[in-house]
Order: sequence, then structure tokens, then C-alpha cells
Amino acid sequence: MGKNHPNVDPYVVSRVRALESLLLEKGILAPDAVDRVVQRYESDTGPMIGARAVARAWTDAGYRHLLLEDARAALGAFGLDYAMLMVVENTPAVHNLVVCTLCSCYPWPVLGLPPTWYKMPAYRSRAVSEPRKLLSEMGLEVAESRELRVWDSSAEMRYMVLPRRPAGTEGLGEDDLVPLITRDALIGVAEVAPAAAARR
Amino acid sequence: MDGVHDLGGMQGFGPVERERDEPVFHAAWEAGVLAMQRAGRGRGCFNIDEFRHGIERMNPGHYLRATYYEKWLDGIARLFVEKGVVSADDLAARTAFFGEHPEAPATAAVRGPLPPRVPFNPALVENVVRETGARPRYAPGDPVVTRSFHPHGHTRLPRYARGKRGVVFRYHGVHVFPDANAHGQGEQPQPLYSVRFDAAELWGESAEANQRVHIDLWESYLLPGSRRDG
Repeated sequence: MGKNHPNVDPYVVSRVRALESLLLEKGILAPDAVDRVVQRYESDTGPMIGARAVARAWTDAGYRHLLLEDARAALGAFGLDYAMLMVVENTPAVHNLVVCTLCSCYPWPVLGLPPTWYKMPAYRSRAVSEPRKLLSEMGLEVAESRELRVWDSSAEMRYMVLPRRPAGTEGLGEDDLVPLITRDALIGVAEVAPAAAARR
Repeated sequence: MDGVHDLGGMQGFGPVERERDEPVFHAAWEAGVLAMQRAGRGRGCFNIDEFRHGIERMNPGHYLRATYYEKWLDGIARLFVEKGVVSADDLAARTAFFGEHPEAPATAAVRGPLPPRVPFNPALVENVVRETGARPRYAPGDPVVTRSFHPHGHTRLPRYARGKRGVVFRYHGVHVFPDANAHGQGEQPQPLYSVRFDAAELWGESAEANQRVHIDLWESYLLPGSRRDG
């Protein structure tokens, strides 16, 4: 499982089960609550809603405007009521990057659960102080001519990046664009690769 | 509090390590922790700010070694005990039981029939905006200076952004104030703003070129700045 997930102490697993059993007894935890969490986050949510919203914004100027001005209304198109999201747009002049330095805040309803690296000290410490170097190490070069705008999610507002539409995708419709749009691009640690590269 | 959780600008953690094809959960117990956190919030045992402060009070060495869901477990266990939902003795005894019976499901230790469940209120989990009629003191474009303080309690003004000059970028409405809500002092909602800082203001000579940081800050974190500074 790598350095971020060493084998967990059996004490942790015992303690989880102990707390579950006590909360079941107190009427705090529902007997099927754990199964429902697994179902919800392994099957029902993921970066899919975020990617669909971006694909629609790329193909529909009116929707793009709505997504940037009133994300809650825009996400209603996908059956989601999410009041706390702001969508920030990458342009030739600005590259956006999302982090939470104090904990690990992340827009779960549109992106699913965050990847481990997003929650670890290396990313949280460096994203605000040396983002261009950090992104370069992660494989993304952002020219100095573009403002690097970092969003530190210190309150309950959540941020998602609207990436730039890559060249070579002009002929693609919304459904064809969705699979090109990665979670990393919606956080701002990657750009969306051109269609030909994504197919390889 | 100036805890180890306040990581912005710290050095020495090395490169970001990305896991290829990372699973949603690395082990079944992680989903259990997530389910219990959600249940604790939705059934009014603790709020999000108490939860975050619960994690901040971890032993700093443990915080840095622990995985994400171990941190959560530490935080919720502390809160369920502090709030009197479960006793520390019961938790220790049950933990010992499952240590001796590693294959047993959680229900193996449950005594008696399950009671009716406390109603789950989704509003407790999701909604922090309060329509109090409070009017924002600042408008987009206004220069501000963040306060300089080192409270022992919970705060969402990161250490790296204290005593710094910025400009209000956007007004987010009136939000529950974590510094109060984490300590049983009620919600005390306040106007919340996105404040824009130049990297050079935050990091001085070490700042990268052409970089800004936007941080969401409550009104009481801010003092009026001067136009010349902004």
C-alpha cells in the first residue's frame, strides 16, 4: 500500500470495532450505516459529476457562465443540491490550485473522496508556499506569465477548478469529453490532456 | 491553536507521493470510521468544528505518523467520550475484546436488543450559512490586515496568514464561526470573505513569482487596511 499506508496497527481495527459496537447499542450508528458508506463512495460518487459539469461548460457557453456564477444552480442539472461550491476557471492568464492546509477539506459531492496525497503533509504544506515547484514535480509546468492562484479551503466553501479545454477536442461532444477530464485536473495539479494523448 | 495540523508553509515533508489506481478505501475499517463520524454529526453528538478541533488535539507525533482515517478515529473517539456518549472504560474493554477476537464483527459485542435510533438530521451535517441579517463590514476590493494572535483554542486563520495584508476578493455570506462553535459557545455567525494575498506578503523574499493565495476568513479575523498598503 506504499508509504502513506503502512500496515495499520491491529489495535486501530479493534478500536474501530469497539466504537462501532458501542454506538450501535446507543442508537447512534445504524446497523447498515457502514455498508451504505461503502456503497455511496465506492459506487455512487466519484469525480463524475464534476467532470460532467466541466464537459457541459466546455460545450455550452450559457452553462459555463452559470457554473462560474452560481454553481449550486448549475449542479442542479445533475440532481445535486450543493450550496457551498465555487468553481474557479483556468485561463491563459490564471492557473488555479485547490488545497486545505488546516485539514483536508475537499468537494466530496462533486469529486468523491480525496486521494491520499491531498491529505498528506507534503501537499498541504507546500501548495501555498511553493506551488509552482510542487506542480513541476508533479508533472505540470505553469508558466510564470500565468498567475498561480491557490485556494486554501479554510472555511466550508469548497473549490473546484474549471480546466482549459485542450486542443484537438473541438469536434467532441459532452459525452466524449467527460472521460478526458481527470480528478487531478479538477484539483488543479494537472491539465486535461489532449484527446489523442488521453486515448493512448 | 498553533498545532501540527497547521501545515501551510512548513518544510521537510518531501515530495508528494501519488498512489497509482488508489482504492476509495484501503481497508474496511476506514468506511466504519467515516460512517461513525457522519452518525455523530448527524445525530447531534458533535459539530464539524468540534470534530476538527478533536483531531487538532492529537499528540503531534501521532498526527504526523497516522493515516487520514486513524486521525479521524482519534478525533471521534475523543469526542464520543468527552460528550458522554460512550465511556472510556467501555471503549477500552471492548477494544481489548476485539483484540482477542480479531475475526468477530462489531455486533458480536452488542448487548441486548438495539434501541430506537436517534433521528438523523442532515442539516446538522451540511448547512453552515445563517441568515442573521448581519451586514458585511467589507466589500470586494477593500484592503484588510489579518489579526495576529495565537489562541490555544480552535481557529481557521492559518499561522502563515496572520498579521498579513490582503484584499477582499468576494463576500460569501454569514457563516457559523468555528472559533466559538468548537468550544460550546454557540454558532456566533459572522460574515465570511475570500481574501486575496500576494505571495510576497506571505513568504517575503522566498515567494515564487506571480502567485496569490485566496483564504476564506471570518470578519473578526480582519482589521481595515489602508489603500496604500493594498
